[in-house]
This record gives sequence, structure tokens and C-alpha cells, in this order.
Amino acid sequence: MSQFPLISVMTFLPLLGVVLLFFVPKQSHSAQRGLALLVSLVTFFVSLPLVTGFQSNAEFQYVEKVPWIAAGPFQMNYHVAIDGISIWLVILTTFIMPIAILSTWTAVENKVKEYMICLLLLEVGMLGAFVSLDLFLFYIFWEVMLIPMYFIIGIWGGKNKIYAAVKFFIYTMVGSLLMLVALIVLYFKAGAGDFSVLRFYELALDPATQTWMFLAFALAFAIKVPMFPLHTWLPDAHTEAPTAGSVILAAVLLKMGTYGFVRFAMPLFPDATAQFTPLFAVLSVIGIVYAALVAMVQEDVKKLVAYSSVAHLGYVMLGVFALNQQGLSGGMLQMLNHGVSTGALFLIVGFIYERRHTRLITDFGGLAKQMPVFATIFMIVTLSSIGLPGTNGFVGEFLILLGSYESELRWYAVIGTSGVILAAVYMLWMFQRVMFGELNNPKNQTLPDLNAREVVIMLPLLVLIFVMGVYPTPFIDKMNPSLEKLIVHVKSKQTAKAQIPQIPAPQALPAAVLPVEHK
Amino acid sequence: METIAIPAINFAPIMPEIILSIFAMVLLLVNVFVPSEHKAYLGYLSLIGIVIAGFTLMGGWGTTLSAFNDSVVQDNFSLFFKGIFLLTAGMTILISDQYFKREECNLGELYPLLLFATVGMMLMASGTDLMTIFLGLEVLSVSLYVLAGLNRANIKSNEAGLKYFLLGAFSTGFLLYGMALTYGATGTTRIAKIAEIAAQNSAVVQNPLFVIGMLLMAVGFSFKIAAAPFHMWTPDVYEGAPTPMTAFMSAGPKAAGFAAFMRVALIAFPALKTDWSDLLWVLAVLTMTVGNLIALNQDNIKRMLAYSSIAHAGYALVGFTAGNPEGTTGILFYMLSYAFMNIGAFAIIILVGKKGEANNNVMDYAGFGTKHPVLALAMAIFLFSLAGMPPTAGFIGKFYLFSGAIKAGYIWLAIIGVLNSAASVYYYLRVLVYMYMKDPVEEFDWMKLTPAVAICIIIAVVGVLLPGVVPAFLLDLAQQATLL
Repeated sequence: MSQFPLISVMTFLPLLGVVLLFFVPKQSHSAQRGLALLVSLVTFFVSLPLVTGFQSNAEFQYVEKVPWIAAGPFQMNYHVAIDGISIWLVILTTFIMPIAILSTWTAVENKVKEYMICLLLLEVGMLGAFVSLDLFLFYIFWEVMLIPMYFIIGIWGGKNKIYAAVKFFIYTMVGSLLMLVALIVLYFKAGAGDFSVLRFYELALDPATQTWMFLAFALAFAIKVPMFPLHTWLPDAHTEAPTAGSVILAAVLLKMGTYGFVRFAMPLFPDATAQFTPLFAVLSVIGIVYAALVAMVQEDVKKLVAYSSVAHLGYVMLGVFALNQQGLSGGMLQMLNHGVSTGALFLIVGFIYERRHTRLITDFGGLAKQMPVFATIFMIVTLSSIGLPGTNGFVGEFLILLGSYESELRWYAVIGTSGVILAAVYMLWMFQRVMFGELNNPKNQTLPDLNAREVVIMLPLLVLIFVMGVYPTPFIDKMNPSLEKLIVHVKSKQTAKAQIPQIPAPQALPAAVLPVEHK
Repeated sequence: METIAIPAINFAPIMPEIILSIFAMVLLLVNVFVPSEHKAYLGYLSLIGIVIAGFTLMGGWGTTLSAFNDSVVQDNFSLFFKGIFLLTAGMTILISDQYFKREECNLGELYPLLLFATVGMMLMASGTDLMTIFLGLEVLSVSLYVLAGLNRANIKSNEAGLKYFLLGAFSTGFLLYGMALTYGATGTTRIAKIAEIAAQNSAVVQNPLFVIGMLLMAVGFSFKIAAAPFHMWTPDVYEGAPTPMTAFMSAGPKAAGFAAFMRVALIAFPALKTDWSDLLWVLAVLTMTVGNLIALNQDNIKRMLAYSSIAHAGYALVGFTAGNPEGTTGILFYMLSYAFMNIGAFAIIILVGKKGEANNNVMDYAGFGTKHPVLALAMAIFLFSLAGMPPTAGFIGKFYLFSGAIKAGYIWLAIIGVLNSAASVYYYLRVLVYMYMKDPVEEFDWMKLTPAVAICIIIAVVGVLLPGVVPAFLLDLAQQATLL
């Protein structure tokens, strides 16, 4: 404990920013924006040593554990740490925040201070949720995230903002409250002690109990992901949220759900995981295909991107539930990829919305002639979202499909592959209608190209798209030991599975860690 | 030769009651000489009384003293509740003056009545004899009937007073009848003695009088804590009563009802634990669901909070049903937190409201967030706490209540509880929606924020947030104060 509390400093730095923001005069918007940007950048740089100092093993690192509440039967600790599963998600969060803040520079003009406060509070919640190992602490951060996001959608959103905000809040709340009940049940099953998830991992719960508790946890996470058929809040929230809200929602908030499965639902309830794998695989595949089909017919670009999110996260869930090395690392990688490319897509939508105040595909056409820089960037991001080899999207999807093909989810993988084609269809078709063709709408003929600020926003994302597409090894290397440990843990505890033989026998894990396949 | 031993009377256990009574009586006299625009001084005077009474509480922690032939006791349980009552009364006094000035109903009687009501609540929490509890309840109720109808010029306030009186008197009848039957079955009104007799003699437990006595008392207490289906008086009384009195009624007397109910159920009737647990299970589910469902549909914010307060009694009943240390800790903690958040919310309602109980609709909050960001933030904190969001005291309280139920095996009850909690989010959010997401229909009048109200709001915010982040201290106290 004598080491520097790097995680805490990182997590609560944005809170310091919030406090400072209170003292900035109400009128000086640029000071407020600048301060928020500065704080988020400092947070990002503070988080970097987490990566450079990270040992590529399966252990939890930078552990901080301080007693927090000890009352009654309960013992809650302030227990935070990172491992291979959370490290990149933490970095993704700190990385995307400055971009999100920069993107609102001119888009948000009223109540700037409150907006910045919400964004920074959101960052505290997200970082806290990723680093918490104490389930009670995790739950607190998990719920705390809701409040700023609710305000971001509800105050600075579009026409239908109130409906979207309330729907978002209540959907998430219902799921998480049931998780709270399961969490308390879990605690009492474990007997006296703390709320550490590591302690709960060691429990041997009987399969029937696991089933119920898994369902409660899974409901909370599946709503957040969101998995079909619980996804209906997402298109509303995305469409109505301001750009920064959409970016953060897509890039980080949705990952809470998938992260929850990997960190909590699956390792805590291994038998139930085995039992429900087919169900979740089916829902993932339905999500992939259904969301792609729905995306195809959207008239609003933002809605289209929102549905593409649902499809992408279907892949992630498929990979995660394959529960082998490729599938899981593909899923984890795809979480990052989705954060980068969908985040970028929402930024792009934000750029044209800020110029034209419409997002309807039919209002555009031929923009490529007028805005060449924009067109190039848009193209790269689109291709990354489709998963073209050489971009990040390819690596993730490839690993997921490979992993699930090699697991018992073989046939789901086959159907899931069709989603790759569908993604190409809806993304490219949208791109074609917006960017190519006649530039015949007079309002579009005077559109300015991206300005320097906007290019600066996009640049880091573009770099990441290529880096992660060409050389994903450093990313995968850091997470693999933890994932391997997780797989061994879950599989070794699946008692029921040993008794009920599965029809296609699960294949042995490949001994070698992941071949480099992006040739 | 026998001499009649006169027992040494130990006044220590009822010291706070004595102090408050003296202050109340002095205030009644002084009131005559204070002109109506200076009635606030009476409020300051009564605050002094409350603070002094608060000091006398502190020394007693950890000791148990009985007095008056075991009819009152000073134990941690009663001290904790007395703390809640003093806090409730103090905060109510802070928000009263501004309101009654605006309503042009500056009655000095308010303060002595509030103090008498507080004395009544204290007796309910410390009474260990059914008769003491009954006396406390009557002192409380009679004061409250008047307080609810205090705004004489307002027809709704009159209605509230009368309704509360009629239904309250009716419920007192139930309670008293239950006490009488219990006395008939056991031959005593001492709470501890009842349990003793029931434990020694199984015939007593099987005696229908005993069971019916318990049931009737449960009905009487359910009236006081506004548990469904005995909640009918609540919305009208809460809506019609002057707003500070609504704040008071929703926090203090409810806690007092729980205190007395808990002492009677846990100490006097452990023999019937399975029976009253089942009964409370039903009451809890009904109370939460009825309160929340009807609250969803309310436009008047006082009425909405009235239904929400019914729902909150339901959450507390969840912990009561469990009847274990966790659940009981939860009730104590929750009653305290509820006092903070609810009185805080009512303080804001007073500020937004206008003369003649106008401007009390949810729609009237449109644009509040833009006009008065700090007050709106405070309101948002109270509402999130009422909704049970972390990091507020409301969340910690609910966590303990529900975990008590889960530990006792009432998982379904906990699930119904959290689903209710999720439903309640909707109507709390609705206020936030108007506050932050709608533009004001008309310009906000400049609301005069007097120092007294500001202090009350600050106390409430601290009381909601601090235990939400570092609850250990209060939880510890609450835990030492359970009767179990």
C-alpha cells in the first residue's frame, strides 16, 4: 500500500475538475471548456503509467484496498485494481474523454458549465466502475454513472430528449436494482467477509442458485450492452443525445455491460454461464442480423450508427460467450475497436449535424466534392466500422468469428458472419448516398470542410484505427494472461457441464497464444 | 412492621421530555406578549429548547435506565429516535417562519404545539408500557390535529385538520381496544411483562384475545405510519396541511409510529413473530405498491410526496418484516435519512410555493434549474436520495432494509421492493425533468431565501450526502440502537 495510489488519483481527478469548475464564473464559457479539457487531458496522462508499468500477467495490479464501511454484517472496502481485462477499457475512457470534450467546443452553447460538470462526473463513474473489485463499490459507481448521463441526454439533447432520457434511466435502473438484490444474496451465501469479487469467485454455488443470480446480473448487463431484445432504449438515447453524449455512450458506457459479463456474471456463475450460453449466443446473433437489417432502412444517419452499435456489440457478446482464447480476446478487442470507430462515427455525424442541423440521409449527397478532408476521414472510419483488413475492426471481428467457430457456437458464428456483409451494405450504402452523387442541394454547396479543431479531434482516432488494425499484439498481449486465467477459472468450475455432455464437445484450448493472423 | 417505600423517582430518562414541556409552556405564556410580526423569536426560543434537550440525550448513550416503575426507559433505541424527533422538530421550525409569514397566518401557538408533539413522539419511543405509549401517541396526535388545521383561512387546511382528527380518533380506538384485549389476555400492560407471561404460559399465546389484541394494535400503528390499506387520510392531510407541518408529519410522527410499533412487536410479541411477520409482509407489499403507483399520477407535488411517503413507510416495513438486526438497523438509519431528505425537499417546496398554497404543481418547477441552480441542485440531491440512488443516504438505508429482508429469506419481498423503487424513479425524475429540461412558463418570482431556511437546506444536504459516502458512523449508532 505504500505505492502511489495511481488508480485513485486517476479516478478522482475529474472530481477535482468538477470542484474547480464551480468557481469559474458562469459567463466565461471558454474558461470552462478549457478547464474541463485540461482536466481530462491530465487524467489521460495520469492513466498512461498504468499501461507502461503494467506487467503482462494475470495478476491484479496497482491494488488499493482500504476499509470503507464496516457495519452490521457487512464489510465494504475501497478496493480498486486493474488487470488485463480492465486496463484497456480504462485507457479507452481516459482517451475518449478529451476528444468528447473537444467535440462540444462549439456544439454546446448553453449551460456550458453544467455540461462540463456532467461530463467529468460521468468520467469518475465510468473509471470507478472499471477499476472496482469490491462489488458494492462497483454498484455505487455503476449507478452514479446514470445521473450525469441522464442530464446530458435530457438537458442538451434533441427534440425528444425527455422521453429518451427517462427511458434510458428507468431501463438501466430496473436492471441494476435486480442486480443489487442478487448481489446481496451472493454476499449472504458467501458468509461473513468483504464484498470483494475475488472472494466471491471462490464460492461453489449450486447450479439452481446460480441460474437466478446469473439472470439478475445478466439482465443488468444485457440492458447496458444492449442485447436484443433489450436494446430499444439505445437508438432513442443515441439519437437524442448531444454528440459528446453519444460518443461516450457508444465508446464507454455500452462496454460496461460487456465488461460486466466478463468480470462478474460469467466468472461468478460458471454453471449458469454454461447453461445460458446458447440463449445468449442466439440473442447475440439475432442482434447482429436484426440490427443490421434495421440499420439498413434508417433515414437518420445517427440512428443508423446507433443500430450498427447494437450489431457490433452482438459480435462482442458472441465472442465473449465462446469462452475461448480467441473469442474472448476478440471480444475484448472489439470493445476497444467499437469504442474507437463508433465514437469516431458519432463525431462525424456531429460534424455534419452542426453544419446543417439535419441528419437525414436524403438531405445530403455529393458532399465529397465540397468537403474532401471530411470525405477521406469518413471513409476511413466507415471502413474500420465495416471491418476491412488493415483496420482495427477486422482484427476483432476475425478473432471473434474464429473463436466462436472453434467453440460450441460454430453455427452461430456462421450466421454471424453474414452480419459482416450486411454491415458493409448499410455502411457503404449510407456513405454513398451522403458523400457521392450530385451535389444538388444548394444548402450543401457552401458547406465548409473540417476545421483544424475537428481534424485534431479525429486524428488520434484515425491513428488508433490503423495501429490496432496492423499491430494489435501489444493490446492483446496485455489482456491475454487475465483472459486465460478467466477461461480456466470458469471452465474448471463448470460442474454441471461435466455431467451433461455437450453435443459438439468443446475443443481443447490451443496451447499457443494467438497466432498473428492479420497478414 | 412495613413501611411504604417511596421509590426514588429517576427523572433522567425523561429529561428531554421535561425540558421541552417546560419550554412549551413558557412559550405559550410568552406568546401572548409577542406581536405577530415577531413570532419568529418564539421559534428561536424553541430551537434553544431543542438544542438543550439534544444535549441531554448525548450523555445517556450506551446505558439503559428505567423509571416510573418500568413504564419508560432510556435506551439506545429511544435515544436514537429522540434524536430523529429533535432534528425533525428543529428543521421544521427553521422552515416555518417564512412560510407562515407568507400565508399571513403568524400564530405563535405553532411552536409550543410542535414541542408538545415532539414530547409525545419521545414518549412513544421510550414508553415500555402500553399506557405510556398511548399517552405519548395522544399528546402527539392532538397537537398534530391542530397543526394540520393551523392555516385557518385556508379551506384545505381546515379539511386536513378535521379529516386527520376523525380518522386519527378512529384509529386510536383500534389501538386502545388492542391494548385492552392484550391486557385482558395477559393481565399486564408492561411490554416486557407481556412477553414474559406469553413465554411462561402457552395458553396465553393461543388465547384469541392475545392474537386479536396484537392485530388491532398493528392496525392502530399502521394508521400512524400510513401503511396501506390504512393510508387513506395521508394524501388529503399532507396536501392540505401547511407545508412545514406536512414536512414534520411525514418525518417525525412516522418515525415515532415505527418506534412504538417496533418496540411492541419485537419485545411484547416475539411469541407471535411468524404471525406478525406474515402480516407485515402483506402490509409492506401493499404499502409500497399503492404508494408508488398512485404517486406516479400526481401533479401536486405535496400530494406526490405524500404518496411517496406512504411508499417509504413500505420500504421501512420491508426491514421490519425481516425483524433481524440488519432490517432494524435499516429502519433506524432510514428514518433518520428520510427526515433529512424529506424535510429538505419540503423546504424547497416552501420556497417555490406562493401565497395561498399556490405554485405547488410539478409544472411550476419548469425552469427552476436555470433560475436557481443551487437550490435546484439541492432539490435534485433530495430527490435522488428519495429515489435511492447512490451516493446518498437514501441508498444506504434501502440497502440495509432490503439486505435485512434477504437475510431473513424474504427474497421476493426484496425484489418487489426494488421494483417499486425503480417505479418511484419515474415520478421523482418528473420533477427533475421540469426543473432542468423544460423552459419556464412564466418568470420565477424572486424567492426570498431567509437564513433560517438556508440553514435547514444545508443541514439536509449534508445529512443526505455525508452518510451516503461515509455511512459507517451512523450505521454504527443505528446498530447499537436496535432492540435486538
